[in-house]
Amino acid sequence: MSTLHRHPKARLGLLLGPPMLWLGVAYLGALAALFVTALWTQNGFTGLIERQWTLDSFRTLFTVDVYRTIALRTIGVAALVTVIDALVAFPIALYMAKVARPGLRRFLLVAVLMPLWASYLVKAYAWRGMFSEGGLVSSAFEAVGLKSPGYGLTATVVTLAYLWLPYMILPIYAGLERLPDSLLEASADLGGRSLQTLRRIILPTVVPFVVAGSIFTFSLTLGDYIAVRIVGGTNQLLGNVVYDNVGSANNLPFAAAVATVPVVVMLGYLAVVRRTGAMESL
Amino acid sequence: MKKLSMAASLAALALLAACGTSGGSGGSADQAAGTGGFTPPNLKKLDKLGTGEGKLSVLAWPGYAEDGSNDPKVDWVTPFEKQTGCQVTVKTFGTSDEAVTLMKTGQYDVVSASGDASLRLIAGGQVEPVNTDLIPNYADIYPFLKNRPWNSVQGQMYGVPHGYGANLLMWRTDKVKPAPTSWGAVFDPNSPYKGAVTAYDSPIYIADAAMYLMATKPDLGIKNPYALDDKQFNAAVDLLKSQKTLISEYWSDYLKEVQAFTSGNSVIGTTWQVIANVASGEKVPVQVTVPTEGVTGWSDTWMVSATSKNKNCAYLWMNHIISPEANAAVAEYFGESPANGKACAKTADKNHCATYHAGDAAYAEKIWYWTTPIEQCLDGRTDVKCTDYSKWTQAWTQIKG
Repeated sequence: MSTLHRHPKARLGLLLGPPMLWLGVAYLGALAALFVTALWTQNGFTGLIERQWTLDSFRTLFTVDVYRTIALRTIGVAALVTVIDALVAFPIALYMAKVARPGLRRFLLVAVLMPLWASYLVKAYAWRGMFSEGGLVSSAFEAVGLKSPGYGLTATVVTLAYLWLPYMILPIYAGLERLPDSLLEASADLGGRSLQTLRRIILPTVVPFVVAGSIFTFSLTLGDYIAVRIVGGTNQLLGNVVYDNVGSANNLPFAAAVATVPVVVMLGYLAVVRRTGAMESL
Repeated sequence: MKKLSMAASLAALALLAACGTSGGSGGSADQAAGTGGFTPPNLKKLDKLGTGEGKLSVLAWPGYAEDGSNDPKVDWVTPFEKQTGCQVTVKTFGTSDEAVTLMKTGQYDVVSASGDASLRLIAGGQVEPVNTDLIPNYADIYPFLKNRPWNSVQGQMYGVPHGYGANLLMWRTDKVKPAPTSWGAVFDPNSPYKGAVTAYDSPIYIADAAMYLMATKPDLGIKNPYALDDKQFNAAVDLLKSQKTLISEYWSDYLKEVQAFTSGNSVIGTTWQVIANVASGEKVPVQVTVPTEGVTGWSDTWMVSATSKNKNCAYLWMNHIISPEANAAVAEYFGESPANGKACAKTADKNHCATYHAGDAAYAEKIWYWTTPIEQCLDGRTDVKCTDYSKWTQAWTQIKG
């Protein structure tokens, strides 16, 4: 022990070594393996990987129209889910942080967290039931004389927005809690009306936290393939292309190439986010 | 490193095999795949049966290896364990492609492979030839199932036939009138059931479109829905792209299809008999038919992994699963025709074999069994290259858009 005591650097190394190793090998190593696999090719009949360097997978990815369509659709869905979540989460978080009494606040916090304890599949299948013929959504639409959207992109966006809502509420709530009440009172004392206070005090404070929440909703949607299989009708997202290429086509190199798309999109998104300073609020 | 180079040489071998010998003019269209398609890796079959190793790992379609955990009355695994002392673990898969992926891990001793998986497993060296002399019940298998292109290569069996069935057309009798007799109901752009049609979510479904074109557009000259040259293939893909506007959703999980028919989101589409049985059991008014254009279907084979350490148990299992009792139980539970004619006397429903046309060679010939499309045309043509399965997979993504 005493040797360790005398060598602080060795001590630090032993302390940080294992977690860094885990991060490096298991996490970044897996990402590197993914990228390397994308540069290999595969025998179309037996499905065995052939270790020859080629850019074929990326060529297919960029030259075949359907993959561009799917990538854009996926990004669109992710953006839409993020916007909807931000719009829905903000009033809820504001009410929780600034209006509700402590008892009610605790109750609301539990209520927001509660859905996270239920299985993803249960929630997705619940929405499948609601969007089915004669389900809650379609009967509500029929009651006002409209046709239900049924299974499709609308159902996918609604389901994903529901699934990821807690990940948006919590950061915004945490951000608003940090905002001192005295600031709001000062604004009122200086003659600011509610809307003015909201626009000039609350919103600027909360933006980095909305961005922090959007990292969750955006990235979770980019990688999702289950919800769209359950409520998405005939639609497919990037995750489905990856899944189909691993599971049914047995084409690991191409699946790896497709999987780099959300990684690149996410890296770009994080680079933009870093400028807003939202990384510090995570 | 040794492992790596072995895998590489295996891959090279398979590639060589795939592009090496070309079809030749040998035999009928059906035979081309088995005889002229490729040369499989050189693996030895078992020459003598020893005592069981005490355990067996089974990779099977859902419903093919039931141990009573889904339904206490449905159990043909436990009697096998008691008889042979081989403790069975079962893993199920949902598509043929998943089966091929799982077999590559080498963790499973036996697999129930459909025709669109079996040839790939043989060419990839994942399964070895089977010595049918060591399987007493093999003698009772229907002759028309033996030595077929999807379960044998150059006259050597690579497994034992398990059973066969057809992909049927199912519809809700209260929503679809009159009763359809043609696949046109799911392919015609003017179908009155637009938005409530369902289709199987797998590249192999392209064959269903090709089969429909075979009957409706004879000038395309399609002779076998699994042997499509570029022009024929594009026609089938175009048909499926136009079909997409009719589709409510694609299915690969059979319970999802049952639910879609129950709620009415789907009212017509392709199905398996077992799905119709489950739906009828839940009082959903559905009916199935064999449309005039014919049907695609499956004919399954139990195969032994080349890397299996429990080959004796594997042979005992293959003998058990095609025994009259077990074969009857599986066929009835899954809803297909048994491979062993003696099974017909053992089914609980005495009409089972009649319902599924078991042993009716003429009916069985009418089914286009799932086969892996390869570059060498399966219909015997040598003047053109056919589209292979990787093209089918890519096209399937494009069809779904």
